[in-house]
Amino acid sequence: MNNELEELYQQVILDHSKRPRNMGEITEGAVHVHGDNPSCGDEIHLHVKFGADGGVEDLKFTGQGCAISQASASMMTLKVKGKNRADTQTMLQAFHDLVTKEVNDPPKLLGDLRLLQGVRRFPQRVKCAMLAWRALEQAIEAGDKESEVSTEGT
Amino acid sequence: MQPTTEVNWQSIREDFPILHQEVHGKPLIYFDSAASSQKPRAVIDALRHYYEHDHANVHRGLHVLSTRATEAYEAARAKVATYLNAASLDEIIFTRGTTEGINLVANTWGVKFLREGDVILLTEMEHHSNLVPWQMLAERTGARLRFVPVREDGTLELGMLDSLLTSEVKLFSFTHISNSLGTINPVAELCAAARAVGAVSFVDAAQSAGHVPIDVQALGCDFLALSGHKMCGPTGIGALYGRAELLDAMPPWHGGGEMILSVTYERATYKKAPGKFEAGTPNIADAIGLGAAIDYIESIGRAAIFEHDAQLASYAQRRLEELPGVRVMGPRERAGLVGFVMEAAHPHDLTTYADQYGLALRGGHHCNQPLMRKFGLPGTTRASFYFYNTTEEIDRMMEILENAVRFFA
Repeated sequence: MNNELEELYQQVILDHSKRPRNMGEITEGAVHVHGDNPSCGDEIHLHVKFGADGGVEDLKFTGQGCAISQASASMMTLKVKGKNRADTQTMLQAFHDLVTKEVNDPPKLLGDLRLLQGVRRFPQRVKCAMLAWRALEQAIEAGDKESEVSTEGT
Repeated sequence: MQPTTEVNWQSIREDFPILHQEVHGKPLIYFDSAASSQKPRAVIDALRHYYEHDHANVHRGLHVLSTRATEAYEAARAKVATYLNAASLDEIIFTRGTTEGINLVANTWGVKFLREGDVILLTEMEHHSNLVPWQMLAERTGARLRFVPVREDGTLELGMLDSLLTSEVKLFSFTHISNSLGTINPVAELCAAARAVGAVSFVDAAQSAGHVPIDVQALGCDFLALSGHKMCGPTGIGALYGRAELLDAMPPWHGGGEMILSVTYERATYKKAPGKFEAGTPNIADAIGLGAAIDYIESIGRAAIFEHDAQLASYAQRRLEELPGVRVMGPRERAGLVGFVMEAAHPHDLTTYADQYGLALRGGHHCNQPLMRKFGLPGTTRASFYFYNTTEEIDRMMEILENAVRFFA
């Protein structure tokens, strides 16, 4: 069996892609971001409810895409929920580094998300892993508005 | 040129240096020729020979190299004209590819002749390159777009053609072969229907030019565009065929050197086609490379190539349909490609998986976003074949895909 594939598609990742957690919408008092990856057609609708202190109170998503994009979104929602603004920002940066750089000792803050480290061996799949995170970043920046974000930049 | 003997498909593989390599430790299986075909040594050598012996600018030097370059460049134009059976070689314009050919016509013929209320008829299976330029033209002129629907089986809803081809339709542009479904459209019938209402016809031959015999006069088309890199030629070169009468009536697109007769500070007069549409120093080397590609393809014969590729596609379709949870898109009568979806895996995951075993597939929307949306698909995985592919490679693909089903299940 191929090691790089085994590393990319670990059981936890395949499980999240088939049974994504926090699927759905938050209709009341949430920021909605539509994110898409035009090069492959993956998309996400991310709903984030921020607390008064700017922390992530709740978040849900719907969307469609490959196993990597779905698992990354699902695992992100589990890990980010309940985090304050500073920790959320730290995780955003740490996850980006995890999938794009050689990080020897990924921060424990990322938890299971560290399993997505295999993506770094597949440069064309980085956008898949980053889609949900770009949407989260946009939700933080957009504040209380509806907005769009693309992995291709604008 | 017709082949005099039975084609030896196995020995043809020897003509393609790139095929003889390992990817991730496995023999390369290249099933992405619909995106871009590989190049035979004859084409690579033609480019090298040109740069080593004959290169200079064309149409202006009074020295030997310029004469040779001009002769080779114009000889390539003649090869394209013969290949398409154009009435005259002045009907062949070199472009960067099919996309540029379509944009050229949209920006010249389209801008001059289309008015508000006119209709551009397309089909629902068009590649973005035969959709977006017409959207931009519609935006600019006030013309409207209309579409021939695609049926569930991947063929056009031809029963609706009469009601769609009204007198408001000024242009009917459609693909010869669908790049995602493999559908072969009845080009002659569609061109005749367009002509019957006075509409101009445009054939997107990107997927067909290297695969099936094309005779523009027999097809009765007004314009036809092709890409060199999908038919064994270099990237960055293509050709646009336009009926002489239409080319004469069209304004130039790009202005510059080469396309003029005389220039004052205030104004310029232009050459006739094709010069009128080839401003600046053209892509001389790659045009010559395209000529070499045409010679190479003709030495095998397009009828034999089509039969070979269609047999591979038909075999692949049959084998794919044996896999659980796999649905093959498009009709049974198909050109040399199969697009499919697999329940167990998204096209991108499947393509990444296949690549690790040396198998080059394409996964995604194939520049067919509206069509994929219509079919409710995020995209498909596509295996596209050319005459250098073999049945054994398809058998190997099936082993890899069977393993993928287990891996992702």
